[in-house]
Amino acid sequence: MQELPAITVQRLTKSFGDRPVLRDLDLNLHLGEVFVLFGANGSGKTTLIRSLGTLAKADKGIIRIMGRDLRRRGAFLRRFIGVLTHQTFLYDELTGQENLRFYGQMFGLRNVNERIRSLTEKMGLQRVLDKRVGTLSHGMQKRLSIVRAVLHDPTILLLDEPESGLDEEALSLLGHLLSGEDKGKRAVIITTHNLGYGFGLADHVGILANGHIAYQQDRGSLDMEAFRDIYTGYLSKAPK
Amino acid sequence: MSGFLLPVITLVLKDILLEVRNKEAVSSILLFGFLVAIIFNFAFDPTPKMVGLIVPGIIWVSFTFAGVLGFNRSFVLEKDNGSIDGLMLCPVSRDVIYFGKLIGIVIVLLFMEILLLPVFAILYDFPLFIPELLIIAVLATIGFSAVGVLFSAIAVNTRSREAILPLIILPLTIPVIIAAVEATSAIIYGDALGSVGRWWQLLAAFDVILLVLSSILFGAVLEE
Amino acid sequence: MVTENQFPADPIRVVLLFLSGILMFISLWLIFMWAPMEQVMGQVQRIFYFHVPIAWVGFLAFSVVFFSSILYLWKGERHWDALGHSAAEIGVLFTTLMVISGAVWAKPVWGVWWTWDPRLTTSLILWLLYAGYLMLRAYSPTNAQAARYSAVLGVIAFVDVPIVYFAVSWWRNIHPEMVVGPLAESGALEGSMVTTLLVSLAAFTVLFGYMLLERFSLRNMEDTLGSIKSQKGGM
Repeated sequence: MQELPAITVQRLTKSFGDRPVLRDLDLNLHLGEVFVLFGANGSGKTTLIRSLGTLAKADKGIIRIMGRDLRRRGAFLRRFIGVLTHQTFLYDELTGQENLRFYGQMFGLRNVNERIRSLTEKMGLQRVLDKRVGTLSHGMQKRLSIVRAVLHDPTILLLDEPESGLDEEALSLLGHLLSGEDKGKRAVIITTHNLGYGFGLADHVGILANGHIAYQQDRGSLDMEAFRDIYTGYLSKAPK
Repeated sequence: MSGFLLPVITLVLKDILLEVRNKEAVSSILLFGFLVAIIFNFAFDPTPKMVGLIVPGIIWVSFTFAGVLGFNRSFVLEKDNGSIDGLMLCPVSRDVIYFGKLIGIVIVLLFMEILLLPVFAILYDFPLFIPELLIIAVLATIGFSAVGVLFSAIAVNTRSREAILPLIILPLTIPVIIAAVEATSAIIYGDALGSVGRWWQLLAAFDVILLVLSSILFGAVLEE
Repeated sequence: MVTENQFPADPIRVVLLFLSGILMFISLWLIFMWAPMEQVMGQVQRIFYFHVPIAWVGFLAFSVVFFSSILYLWKGERHWDALGHSAAEIGVLFTTLMVISGAVWAKPVWGVWWTWDPRLTTSLILWLLYAGYLMLRAYSPTNAQAARYSAVLGVIAFVDVPIVYFAVSWWRNIHPEMVVGPLAESGALEGSMVTTLLVSLAAFTVLFGYMLLERFSLRNMEDTLGSIKSQKGGM
C-alpha cells in the first residue's frame, strides 16, 4: 500500500530557549490508523501536538499533512486538523451553543446547527447547551471541547492526554467517536500516560524519549504487560 | 475573499457579544475616561481663557488611558481557557485574528468616545457635534489600536502586563496623540494656520503603515 | 555541536579597539586644541562635538536593532537576537549620554535644562523605546519569548521613529515658543568645525563597533555555555 501518509514528520526539532525538547523526530501515519504515544512528563508530547497543530513553530524539520507542507499551507491545512488539549478553548461567558456556533462559522461549516446537534447528542450534552460554559462542571466543559475539536470532521485528530478530566461515560463516548464507522478516514495521534486507556485504542504504540520516538511497534504484536515493562524502562531513564 | 471577511466579522461579533455579556468592561472604560477628565480639570483649573489650550489635551489623555485599559481586557478575555490557541487553530491566516481583534476594540473605544465627547462638550462649553472631530477620532483610534492590539497580545504573556503595556504603547503612539490633540484644537478653537489637513494626513499615514506592519508581525507574536 | 570561535572576532576586536583609541585621541585633540571658539556660546559649544556623535550612535545602534530583529524573526537564529540585544544595551547607554550632554549644553547657554527641539525630543522618545525594549525582555517569562517579542518591538519602533520626528517638527511649527536652544540655532558651521565634527563622528562610530562586537561575543559565549549545560541535562 503505497498511498501517501496522512502525516509525515521529518527531523522535527524544537527548543525552548536553551532547552531542546524535540530532536530530529520522525513520524509517519496513514489514514485509518491510531497512534498512541507514551512519554514521561516533559518528554515533549505536548510540544509535538502543538507543533503539528500549528500552535508552535518548529526550529528545524518538515511536517507534511496529506503531502502538503504545514509551514506553507498552514491556514488551508487547519481545516483538516482537530486538536484537543488540557485547555478547552471555550469562552466562559458564552453558552455551549454559542461557542460551537462560533467555531463552526470560523471553520466555514455549512451545516453548523446540524453538526452541533448530532455531536452534542453523541456526547450527552443536550441539556447543557444553553448554559454559560463557565457554569458547567469541568467534565462537561471537556466534553464540549471534544465536540469543538471534531466539529469540522477533521481528517487529522491530535489529542493531548484526552482521558484527563473525563469520567467513564465520557471516555467511552470518545472511544465510540474514535472507532466509529469513519475511522478509516482519519489519522489520530493520542498522547497519554494511561496505559490501559491508550492500549485499548491503539493500532500503533510509541514512546517519546530523548526528543524523538525512541520505540515504536504495532499494537497487534504486543502484549500489554511486556509493553509496560518497556515503558517503565524508559521512564526510569528520563532526566528529572 | 470569504476566507477573510467572514471570519473577521465572526470574530468581531463574538467579541462584541462577550463585551455585552460582561457589561463591567465597557462601563469601567467609560467611567475611567470620565474620571481622568475630571481629575485633569482639578489639576489645571482652567480659566475661560486657558480652556482652549487645555481641553483638547484633556480629551485625548483621557481617551488614551481608557484605551490602554481596553486593550488589556481584550486579550485577557482570550487567556482564560487558552482560547487564543483556539483562534489559532481556525483555518484562517494570522492577520484575520489581528483584524478581528482590531475592529472589535476600535468599536468599543469609539463607543466610549462618542459617549464621552458630548459630556466634554457640556463641561467645557464647545459645540456638541462637529463631524470633523469624529473623523479625527476614528483615525486616531484606529492608529492607537493598531499598535495596541499587537502589543497587548504580547503583554498578556508577560509578567506585570498592566505596567508594561502603556510603557510600550505610549511612546509609539506619540504621533497619534500629537496629531489628535492639535487637530482637535484647530477644529474646536479655530484653525488659523490651516493645519488640520496636515494632521489628518499624518494620522492616515500612521494608520496605514502601522496596520500593515502590525498585521504582518502578529503571526510571530502568536506562534511560539 | 558546539564549534569554538564561530565568530573569529579576536583580530577584529583588537583592531577596532586600537582604531577607536587612536581616533578618540585625535578627536579630543581637535575638539579642545584645534577647533575654533564659537562666537556666541563660547567654550561650552564644544560639547556639540560630543553630543552630535553620541546622538548619532544612539540612532545607529537602533538601526542595528532593527535589522537584527528582522533577521531574527525571519531566520530564528539566536545570534541575531544576541546582536539586537547587545545593540539595544549600548544604544540606551549612548542615548542616556545624549540626553545628559544635551542638558549640560543647554543650561549654561540658554538657562533651561531641556528644549523641545524635534531632534532632542525624538531622541528622548528613542530612549523610551529602548527602555521599553529592555523592560519587555526582562518581563518575558522565557528567553525565546523575550527574543521574539523584543524583535517585534524593534521593528515597529524603528519605523515609528521617523513618524515621531515629523509629528514633533510640525508640532514645533505651531508652538515655536517652546523651542529654544543650541540646536535650534545651529547655523552654518565653519570648515574646521565640520572637520572636527566628522572626526569625532568617526571616532564614536568605531567605538560603537568595538563595544557592539565585545558585547555580542560575550553574549554568544553565554548562550553557547547555556546550551551545553542544558544538553548535559543540567547541573
